[in-house]
Amino acid sequence: MSNKILEVQDLTIDIPTPSGTLHAVQSVSIHVDRGETLCIVGESGCGKSLTSLAIMDLLPRKAVRKATRLELAGESVFDIGERRMSDIRGDRMSMIFQEPMTSLNPAYTIGDQLTEALRRHKKVSRREARDRAVFLLEKVGITAAASRLGQYPHQLSGGLRQRVMIAMALMCGPDLIIADEPTTALDVTIQAQILHLLAELQREFNMGLILITHDLGVVARIADRVAVMYAGQIVETGTAKQIFKNPAHPYTRGLLACIPIPGQTARGAHLGAIPGIVPSLVGRMPGCHFASRCSEVRDNCTTAPIPQFEGAEPGRSVRCLLADEATGREPAREGAA
Amino acid sequence: MNEVVLDARDISRSFMISQGFMRAKRPLHAVNGVNLKLHRGEVLALVGESGCGKTTLAKMLLGLLPPSAGTLELDGQPLASLSHLEVARIVQPIFQDPYSSLNPRKSIGSIITLPLQVQGDKDPASWRQRAEEIMELVGLPRRVYNNFPSQLSGGQRQRVAIARALINRPRVVICDEPTSALDVSVQSQILNLLQDLRQELGLTYLMISHNLAVVEHMATRIAVMYLGRIVEEGEAESVYNSPRHPYTEALLGSVLTPDPSLGVPDTHLGAAYPNPLDMPSGCSFHPRCTKMLPQCAQQAPSPIPTESGHVECSLYEENKGKMRITS
Ligand SMILES: Nc1ncnc2c1ncn2[C@@H]1O[C@H](COP(=O)(O)OP(=O)(O)OP(=O)(O)O)[C@@H](O)[C@H]1O
Ligand SMILES: Nc1ncnc2c1ncn2[C@@H]1O[C@H](COP(=O)(O)OP(=O)(O)OP(=O)(O)O)[C@@H](O)[C@H]1O
Ligand SMILES: [Mg+2]
Ligand SMILES: [Mg+2]
Repeated sequence: MSNKILEVQDLTIDIPTPSGTLHAVQSVSIHVDRGETLCIVGESGCGKSLTSLAIMDLLPRKAVRKATRLELAGESVFDIGERRMSDIRGDRMSMIFQEPMTSLNPAYTIGDQLTEALRRHKKVSRREARDRAVFLLEKVGITAAASRLGQYPHQLSGGLRQRVMIAMALMCGPDLIIADEPTTALDVTIQAQILHLLAELQREFNMGLILITHDLGVVARIADRVAVMYAGQIVETGTAKQIFKNPAHPYTRGLLACIPIPGQTARGAHLGAIPGIVPSLVGRMPGCHFASRCSEVRDNCTTAPIPQFEGAEPGRSVRCLLADEATGREPAREGAA
Repeated sequence: MNEVVLDARDISRSFMISQGFMRAKRPLHAVNGVNLKLHRGEVLALVGESGCGKTTLAKMLLGLLPPSAGTLELDGQPLASLSHLEVARIVQPIFQDPYSSLNPRKSIGSIITLPLQVQGDKDPASWRQRAEEIMELVGLPRRVYNNFPSQLSGGQRQRVAIARALINRPRVVICDEPTSALDVSVQSQILNLLQDLRQELGLTYLMISHNLAVVEHMATRIAVMYLGRIVEEGEAESVYNSPRHPYTEALLGSVLTPDPSLGVPDTHLGAAYPNPLDMPSGCSFHPRCTKMLPQCAQQAPSPIPTESGHVECSLYEENKGKMRITS
């Protein structure tokens, strides 16, 4: 049996808008093994959340999803019907959403929402479900967990809600978790504790984890592999070490120059910047999506689509003509991460 | 650097929290006896756990929330004696979310000039020009003057919020998580801008942030808050290089630098998360402290001076803030 828990090939998401079709996600391919952590990083609006919603089959109704392959543990989960999909969602794969308020139901208590997921998918008693809820709430650092079960979402602070979301995603012990900015609103000590918890549960259940974040510190510390996205496409993939020690795409290099690094960046000195703004994804762009902001742009960058070039090491790829000159390798499959 | 522009003495703020139907309300001590001085030209970073009272403290310093106890002085005058408009001329906020803090139905020009209008500025003919000057200073193209917030990027919106805060030339700017809603590529632009403006306009900042790498980059002084109190304060260099309070140590130890050869550090904090409605006895940090002494559960520590600030922890001696015990 393969170790692959998720395989996505050539995922494309189009959204009709008044000014034309928004090509939000363009031929994205990713895979995750059991026990592995894939981090997705990239500029706001590049399609990270839509990619994860597409995997869960939770896209907005008007969005059009295409893929040549979407498999969970070797079985297709593409267009299998809402009935079967809702059996899988929350049980075998679950998601921690970027906006906790949109995914917690304001009309139900925290306790009801936590136990519902478990009792729906697994044969457990009310009592067992409650015990697991309390156990997980305590694990994510919520004090007086038992007394929180009777509270409604609006009675919790943002940080508490986010932790409830994390506990909820873990209730059934899924094979795959997709976490969209799970620690953004939290302070660093709680962030560290939650990342430990995710790693511990990942080991315990041999889960695959996709973590979306713009915190490059988190990525460096927990990612096995990294996919860098820009304007709807994957522009670079590699191990955390490859991406941080040897970034190949000018966008990745730009990102790393933007963050102050304690002990390295001179205090108060000017930080790097990526001038310009993200291009609109309405309509087709002939060449490289990053060209308008790239300091190394050439004439041939804007004339034809840029393929994803495979690097020397397996799993390494970059969508940039300059990198092609460096490695002299054949283009890889479109955007395989 | 000696002029004190903002002086908070022993200020507190509690909220009455309802415990449910037919049960008495209880006070939640969000800020609990804070002393804080802000000197001209410095960047004081306020850091601490989510819910420890940072935003509540900032709101009091902005005159938006009256303290339940203690006194506040702005530019040498008691804040209570100043009108809202006078306070707003001295200190201005920049909030976290550039998406919700701008009125979507107002044009960029009217958002930026609103403070002039509110202050009853006598020279409306000059507003447009002054707005354009400040837009140039913060790096906004003039052509967006008549645009609306929805037509700007996140970074541009945060620049609008900064322009609005600066148009009346305040002396102090209080930034509550100014970049946490932004991409790192936009964050670096805003941080560079805040640094430049500090030099050019002689601004003083109070900066609240969970991002300790950003804090280390920007701050000249650091104040660490825990459950409503400032448990350690001092020059940035000194706090970063030799943190004294065990909570400061845990906080700094949890910073994730982008180094792929390292894992996620252990905070050594335990899971006894604080409940502000039911404060621990003695030192409020003792249930999570790895260096707890027998007296810590009974006796709240008092502030002990250090070479550049203070620490509130019984591990340190009254004089010079030296370690009481050697371990
Ligand atoms: N329901 C929708 N209708 C129209 N456009 C949408 C919708 N949802 C997302 N988009 C657009 O699709 C693109 C990708 O959005 P997505 O939410 O995936 O970005 P993201 O990478 O998660 O960004 P962020 O880091 O800000 O969360 C954006 O341009 C966004 O404006
Ligand atoms: N208006 C209010 N009514 C009741 N409680 C409040 C109110 N405002 C704040 N609190 C409580 O006061 C405490 C401090 O809140 P505050 O918003 O100041 O925290 P913070 O340090 O800014 O946290 P964060 O880092 O999450 O923004 C929290 O326990 C909060 O729930
Ligand atoms: Mg998103
Ligand atoms: Mg706050």
